[in-house]
Amino acid sequence: MSSDLGMAERVAGPEIERLIQLLARLPGLGPRSARRAALHLIRRREELFEPLADAMQAARERVVVCGTCGNIDTVNPCTICRDERRDGSLLTVVETVADLWALERAAAMRGRYHVLGGTLSPLDGIGPKDLNLASLVGRVVAGGVKEVILAVNATVDGQTTAHYITDLLAHTGVRLTRLAHGVPVGGELDYLDEGTLAAAIRQRTAF
Amino acid sequence: MQWRDEGVIIGVKRHGETSVIVELMTRDHGRHLGLVRGGRSRRLQGVLQPANNVEATWRARLDEHLGTYTVEGTVLRAAEVMTSACALGGINLIAALLRLLPERDPHTALYEALTVIVEQLTDVGVAPALMVRFELGILGELGFGLDLTRCAATGSSADLVFVSPKSGRAVSRAAGGPYRERLLALPPFLGNGSERNPSATDIVAGFALTSHFLLRDVFEPRGLAMPSVRAAYIERMIKTASA
Repeated sequence: MSSDLGMAERVAGPEIERLIQLLARLPGLGPRSARRAALHLIRRREELFEPLADAMQAARERVVVCGTCGNIDTVNPCTICRDERRDGSLLTVVETVADLWALERAAAMRGRYHVLGGTLSPLDGIGPKDLNLASLVGRVVAGGVKEVILAVNATVDGQTTAHYITDLLAHTGVRLTRLAHGVPVGGELDYLDEGTLAAAIRQRTAF
Repeated sequence: MQWRDEGVIIGVKRHGETSVIVELMTRDHGRHLGLVRGGRSRRLQGVLQPANNVEATWRARLDEHLGTYTVEGTVLRAAEVMTSACALGGINLIAALLRLLPERDPHTALYEALTVIVEQLTDVGVAPALMVRFELGILGELGFGLDLTRCAATGSSADLVFVSPKSGRAVSRAAGGPYRERLLALPPFLGNGSERNPSATDIVAGFALTSHFLLRDVFEPRGLAMPSVRAAYIERMIKTASA
């Protein structure tokens, strides 16, 4: 009798199984969707699979963390830090690179960024030393920055971090601002929590 | 297994792409964790924030399982808490203190105290004194309660100004005078006087008192350091009071 009786039988060779296993580790993919993705890649070998493999290989070899802002790019300093058209007096502090990309998609800010690499979180044991804070202070103290925008998440950890940074930069004299809290586009007042509504009323603007 | 209870959210941790593990301090089921499926959705993100009150239903096949929560927000004050550094420090400290309690062990009196203190978190004139009392409550619930009602030496309930660092009992001015260097100060707002608006100095003395017993009886025996959020809260409170 086979020792692996009861286990799902393999339907492909070990290389394909390995590919499926690795794809299943990606965010948003489970074993079933990873299997579909793998099959899709194999079917479109020349137009997708090979370029993807090449792109991944190139990215793996060249991706670096920007020594100035903590962004990830293939050059150091990153493309944003090198861009001379950007306003160097405006520094936006974000938690992660994903947040930086989100703000760039919005194209609402043409300044520079600083990526903290997370938030202060007593629950997870993340303290100030675990974040990219020393370099933030260094950048502000070095001069040229007039305003620091604290674009951290509207969560308890995010706002605790924002207040910590406010204290940290208080002596520098730069203008410290944070993102407004309020009604999201498509949001219905009836479903909003009282705190957000109160914040939206407090931060109302002329119409 | 299923129950329904009210609770205050004290912690939220991401779990996978869409879910979160919520840590609730409930009235009848103590500090209790559970998975909230879809907890990272837009609808639930605002509800699942520390300091919010919720009505929660917990379900699991077996009692020892993590189980899943379905929650409905009842008092959503997290956004207000986020506007104040003191309040944020307060909820972080409350969470750190409540994590000293064993999971799923009901502490109804402490829950009642919690509902009062979270309501006052943004009031910097009231919250610090409540926090000191909350720490005394934690000590009491863990079996290390202080007796601040009468003098350990004379039995008198008048003019109590010291606390014995050994027994945790109050000592009157007359009885404790000769030993004042070795005794801890008992601020008036914790004594029988129940001062309504304690000064920052009294609050700091209150925190020094609880600090001694928390360290000696709770943190050190468990091999833990005092949480950094506590020092940060006290520092913030002093700064706000002096501003």
